Amino acid sequence: MLSRVAESLFWMSRYVERAENVARFVDVNLNLMLEVPSSEQQWLPLVATTGDHEAFEKKYGAPTQESVIRFLTLDEENPNSILSCLRAARENARSTREITSSEMWEQLNTFYLFVADAAARSGSIADLHRFFARVKDGSHTFCGITDATMTHGQAWHFMRMGRMIERADKTSRILDVKYFILLRSAYEVGSPIDEIQWAAVLRSASAFEMYRKRHGRILPQHIVQFLMLDNEFPRAFRFCLNRARNSLHAISGTPLGQFSSKPERLLGQLCSELADINVETIIAGGIHEFIDNLQGNLNDVGTGIYETFLARRAPNHTLSEISQGCNAAQ
Amino acid sequence: MNLSEYEVGDFYDEMLESNGMPRRATSHLALNLQSLSHAELATRQTAADLALVRSGITFNVYSDNRGVEKTLPFDLIPRIVPAEEWQHLEAGLKQRITALNLFIDDLYHEQHILKDGVVPSEVILSSKGFHRQCIGLNPPRGIWCHITGTDLVRNRDGKFYVLEDNMRCPSGVSYVLENRRLMMSLFPEVFNASRIRPVANYPHRLRDMLEYLAPEGISNPRVVVLTPGMYNSAYFEHSFLARQMGVELVEGNDLVVADDCVWMRTTGGFERVDVIYRRIDDDFLDPEAFRKDSMLGVPGLMRAYRAGNVALANAPGTGVADDKAVYAYVPDAIKYYLKQDPIIPNVPTYLCSRQSDLQYVLENIAQLVVKAANESGGYGMLIGPKATKKEHAEFAERIKANPRNYIAQPTLSLSRVPTVCGENIEGRHVDLRPYILYGKEIFVQPGGLTRVALRKGSLVVNSSQGGGTKDTWVLDHDAPPNETNSAALTPPPSLAAVC
Repeated sequence: MLSRVAESLFWMSRYVERAENVARFVDVNLNLMLEVPSSEQQWLPLVATTGDHEAFEKKYGAPTQESVIRFLTLDEENPNSILSCLRAARENARSTREITSSEMWEQLNTFYLFVADAAARSGSIADLHRFFARVKDGSHTFCGITDATMTHGQAWHFMRMGRMIERADKTSRILDVKYFILLRSAYEVGSPIDEIQWAAVLRSASAFEMYRKRHGRILPQHIVQFLMLDNEFPRAFRFCLNRARNSLHAISGTPLGQFSSKPERLLGQLCSELADINVETIIAGGIHEFIDNLQGNLNDVGTGIYETFLARRAPNHTLSEISQGCNAAQ
Repeated sequence: MNLSEYEVGDFYDEMLESNGMPRRATSHLALNLQSLSHAELATRQTAADLALVRSGITFNVYSDNRGVEKTLPFDLIPRIVPAEEWQHLEAGLKQRITALNLFIDDLYHEQHILKDGVVPSEVILSSKGFHRQCIGLNPPRGIWCHITGTDLVRNRDGKFYVLEDNMRCPSGVSYVLENRRLMMSLFPEVFNASRIRPVANYPHRLRDMLEYLAPEGISNPRVVVLTPGMYNSAYFEHSFLARQMGVELVEGNDLVVADDCVWMRTTGGFERVDVIYRRIDDDFLDPEAFRKDSMLGVPGLMRAYRAGNVALANAPGTGVADDKAVYAYVPDAIKYYLKQDPIIPNVPTYLCSRQSDLQYVLENIAQLVVKAANESGGYGMLIGPKATKKEHAEFAERIKANPRNYIAQPTLSLSRVPTVCGENIEGRHVDLRPYILYGKEIFVQPGGLTRVALRKGSLVVNSSQGGGTKDTWVLDHDAPPNETNSAALTPPPSLAAVC
């Protein structure tokens, strides 16, 4: 398939996934405010989870509930707001309509129009919980329609790879940011508030119920284990990377366990690392350092995917180069 | 749909006779539609509008902000074309396309028609659409104009005229297909009960035609649609046609020319492209051959084309026939090449480059429609009877400054079709753009796009100027004369379902 189209598909599903994640962790934080009313200082970390700290402070200064929600939901100038993500996803969808199914386009279009309408109406959302519920729902519906109506060929694998890489990134960021804050208030360890905060971490990754079934009691090391290393929970870092790796191999046609390109090698290494490591080692070496390192590696995978499949090479090829590329495709 | 208040007026109405009775050939459908209550009609109109927004059937207007999309207004009440009338139009269009293809081929080769003095050389040589780079080109299978969207209008006299030949990149066919899909979902009963000729096989026909153009010896040619990108006003259509044909939609950046062949960049490397349905104008097609500043095109594309390694539809250079001064000579070209009289006449046209015509145009500007020869989309146009004295004077100056670039035509009284206008149903002016494919044979899609000027009294139907569309129903056969009365007395059984 066309490199440009593959890139659009990859980013379309990343953006939808990103919008869903933003909706979820803002929603969780709102609930947290109700349970633990004094936690006003909890808003800035949300901005940190999307990595847009500086842009936020430049525009809004001190974080308040209102300004953070505004920034993360309907702020057109924030490229990672829900509105911007869905706009970008839809633009990508518009440019790939001959590849995706009509059902996917109609759903994504309606989804975007719902958020754009909310933005056009007032700029602030009357019923935030309902709004976030609909955003999450929209993303889930999109995934479901994608899986049910689109051929699971190369194009679908590019989409899944985008979704999985985005999801892995967000799950690890949520854990990173929250872990840092929760450790800082270490004097509260064991108090009821701590449990509520840790439950919120799980809820931010939609992981609370599944965690309970697997581990029962809320313990930080189990939470790290579950969110980072679980191989069955669909938002766990390791689960996501394994799926992304499967898609990458489906795209290139290289059997699992073998490498024909740089991103395959990098992603393969990452997956083996996650399979081997245990949570005690992670905590001993420092959660933040561990996640930081993983994110660096994940970025390298992203760059590798771009260079291998998506980059527009300079137009001065010789025919032999082109023929080689042509044969490789067949 | 209560038509008791409806005024046919001093116009040709496509549905009703001047006495307000349905036209004979289409009476059964007209009656069927009339049996809908107004509330029912309004509900279905709302459903149609919503469906358009939901499916993102949109176009971009150039003067609006980038990324602003609008849905093309769609009117529920179809325009019905009797079978017999359609046969006449179909024959006329085939004749015209055949002659135009010979005409263009001649202009880029021996130029017999110029040497024989049938068409003045200066009209052709001064045309912006005439590209010297195309002289001597031999398009695959000898076809230049593969896809044409000819604009037809019906005057008060009930006769059809050709208003424009659109041979560059005529758009709108996606609306024909989507309008029909919408109508079938909104009025299944009506479709069940009538013989309306289908339009849905257009994408198959288009693909067959494009594959027919592939270079010799390629058994499974790769066809692509080339678009300027998603901010182009017709992007929806480019994407729609690629999707419907099951081919790739590419942008200039996706293609590269090496060793006089065209390749596209894919995730698995480079793949050869054999046929390009290009929706980019000649000027932007290849910066090596045409405009150097084009960012949309593919450098070297014309080299590959000239070498016969890729086919382009339409062929570069066909735009010469879109020039409105050249248009005036098409009836002469039909007689010259085919030794036949034109089946569908032109609208009488004054060429301002002719001294006598110029004089007439300047004196009668208040009664005429004046058009810039190289514009399209309803731009650069003066409708004399609707314009002010000041506008007449301004336009007269423009004409005098560049007579070659202007033509004038009498103001036609375009036919009307009942149209939903808020609470009422009123007559609105329409035109008709059938789509013609020229491959192994010439195929005319039954019907085409009916564009409607939604503003009261307006004669401008372009989507960029407040126009909308209607579904166009070409009947498989007309109602026999003796059915009319009984139909008027007892509506067909399907009506019960409609109400």
